[in-house]
Amino acid sequence: MAIKLEIPTALRPFTGKQASVEFEAATVGEALRRLTATFTDLQKHLYTEDGRIRSFVNIYVNDEDIRYLEKENTPIKDGDTISIVPSIAGGSAGTASGTGRSL
Amino acid sequence: MLFVSEDILREIRGHGAEDYPNETCGAMLGVDSDADREVRALFPLVNRRDDSPRNRFSVTADDVRGAERAASQQGLELIGWYHSHPDHPARPSEFDREHAWPWYSYVIVSVAAGQPQDLTSWRLADDRSHYLPEEVTPRASARRA
Repeated sequence: MAIKLEIPTALRPFTGKQASVEFEAATVGEALRRLTATFTDLQKHLYTEDGRIRSFVNIYVNDEDIRYLEKENTPIKDGDTISIVPSIAGGSAGTASGTGRSL
Repeated sequence: MLFVSEDILREIRGHGAEDYPNETCGAMLGVDSDADREVRALFPLVNRRDDSPRNRFSVTADDVRGAERAASQQGLELIGWYHSHPDHPARPSEFDREHAWPWYSYVIVSVAAGQPQDLTSWRLADDRSHYLPEEVTPRASARRA
């Protein structure tokens, strides 16, 4: 089954500037595995070292957040669109790291 | 190299001062080429970190989509984010790095006792190991001989 996977701007440098790619896959997890197998530099941006999707990486299937579906086991069907949407976080706590100061 | 007009730099510093002692945050809309990028407009956002707004900020996926729509409507791209470090230096924290995306420019303005101070910009290294400083050039002085 061909599904479309939309790539956010921030990750396009790792997909040859492609805004979307198509894969055959039965679940969200399988589609993401195919994505990172094809574009290996994406792995560290999407997943933690122990293989979990990073907290600020949001995956939607046709506008539904997979956290409210079956997460990576969410089934997908021909014509579905998977979107990777960033959320952004940061903050000053820990700024002293590497500066010689301690908080 | 990040080109930013003096007006927009003033606006970022102003947001940092207005939201002090909390962290301010917002999106930067602009244009990007392989070598340089320029901020053309800001899209201020609400800091969603209600539990720790003085030293954390958060932008939800819905807010990111809103910023992308705003950029698209103006014929621009979402090229980065700005936030403030109240009473902390304008350097990225370890928390900033752990949560950063590649490619985006991350502008940080230090705000000390309510007064905006240094303003810096950073981009995450492709291997996520560190931030690379990005030179901020006010647009008025960006013209080359």
